[in-house]
Amino acid sequence: MREIILYPVYSVISLFEHIGKYCDLMIKTLRSFTTWHLYLGLLPEHMIKLGVSTIPIVIVTGLFSGMVTSVQTAYQLESGFIPDSYVGGIVGVTVLMELSPMITALVMTGRVGASIAAEIGTMRVSEQIDALETLSFDPISFLIMPRIISGAIMFPIMIVIADLFGILGGYYAATISLGITPYDYIYGLRDWFVPWDAIFGIIKAFSFGIAITSIACYFGFYTSGGAAGVGKSTTQTVVASCITVVILDYLLAAILL
Amino acid sequence: MINISNISISFDDRVIIEDISFSIKKGDKIAIIGQSGVGKSVLLKSIIGLLNPDKGEIFIDEQNINKISFRKLQNLRSKFGMVFQFGALFDSMTVEENIGLALQKLTNCDKLEISDKITVSLKEVNMEGTEGKMPSELSGGMKKRVGIARAIALNPKYMFYDEPTTGLDPIMTDSINRLINNFHKKGEVTSIVVTHEMKTVRDVSERVLMLHDGKIQFNGSTEDLFSSRDPIVMAFLNGDSTYEG
Repeated sequence: MREIILYPVYSVISLFEHIGKYCDLMIKTLRSFTTWHLYLGLLPEHMIKLGVSTIPIVIVTGLFSGMVTSVQTAYQLESGFIPDSYVGGIVGVTVLMELSPMITALVMTGRVGASIAAEIGTMRVSEQIDALETLSFDPISFLIMPRIISGAIMFPIMIVIADLFGILGGYYAATISLGITPYDYIYGLRDWFVPWDAIFGIIKAFSFGIAITSIACYFGFYTSGGAAGVGKSTTQTVVASCITVVILDYLLAAILL
Repeated sequence: MINISNISISFDDRVIIEDISFSIKKGDKIAIIGQSGVGKSVLLKSIIGLLNPDKGEIFIDEQNINKISFRKLQNLRSKFGMVFQFGALFDSMTVEENIGLALQKLTNCDKLEISDKITVSLKEVNMEGTEGKMPSELSGGMKKRVGIARAIALNPKYMFYDEPTTGLDPIMTDSINRLINNFHKKGEVTSIVVTHEMKTVRDVSERVLMLHDGKIQFNGSTEDLFSSRDPIVMAFLNGDSTYEG
């Protein structure tokens, strides 16, 4: 009974411990900037792992999120008093500002965040990070910095791809299955388009990229307890990243819009 | 010269090492022994600065490793070679890349020289021809030998071995022990071997430090260890689990 009552208290304490250790690790990462140039050569490899190999998933999720938005918008506007061009406009704004960044971030959390946490966590429990240190490497510059920079660069690119396929998916669903003319869809898209919406989506992607990769690096770096510990770190990464993405999503909207 | 002065280490209120002091002279061949979980690896990791002691100081070549900057510690570590219990080879790199990684960073050698050094190191450990293999393709003993090759490629002044022969068959154990001895002679290094294998203790050490209950139970020559009348030492050497010292 006592444990049930104290569980939320321990959870809150643990949360603040994690936030403190995470901030400490990020400060160390920033402080290690003097040695970053030694490890910049690792960037292309991480950019390929984080970004290029994730493109197919981003295309599929982008495409279908655009299609479903199109179908649902058409369903809501089915009264006949609202012009068909609104479908294109609503799909465009929704995809650019919310759907692409958010859905891509959540997919990337599972695909990229979990993979980073598992990789660094395995290196920790198999003493590979200790080996790096004894070979005079700075593990923070070597393992964490390239991954965070790759995330910050590749996530916005992924979002642009998701935007493109989201709009295409919406176009396909609107014109093929809903009977909306291509002219109406494109007219609505152009009429409602505000460049800031797209920029806002890219700012979000940049923030999500840093958040997801840094959280994954944090949980991976402080993994302990063998294979079970790696599994725990991976799960914690996915949960913490999803929650952070949702919170960041609100904060950025509240601040920037 | 390594000087350990009154260090204590604990994890979550559990004292692992309590107020121990000793020194290791240049060229020493020392084995650190003791039961599993007694803190041998913890002690080794604190000597190379991977763990900070709660109390006490560790001096290596007259530098207090717990007080020097990270940059200075990195420079000091370039004199170290560490062989980990399970090799700790980088999974995503080939054998050649594992050995070449530190050579690229710490030396001014060109690609050809690095390649030569890799070949020489692998030959020293009888692992020629494995340059292109991934760690997952190697057996436990082979991983340890590549780990030794990675460490000796940098010509360290201090070699640290964490359980180098644990889990290996007797022939592989003998082969690793020979490697440790060969490199000690050739490289004029100070060797510190953490082990609980008595054969390794006999084969590679001239001096032994035995840990028990967080303290040093024995500190003397290998000969003296095996003729010791200390009941705790005798119980450990004879594998007597009934003795509760």
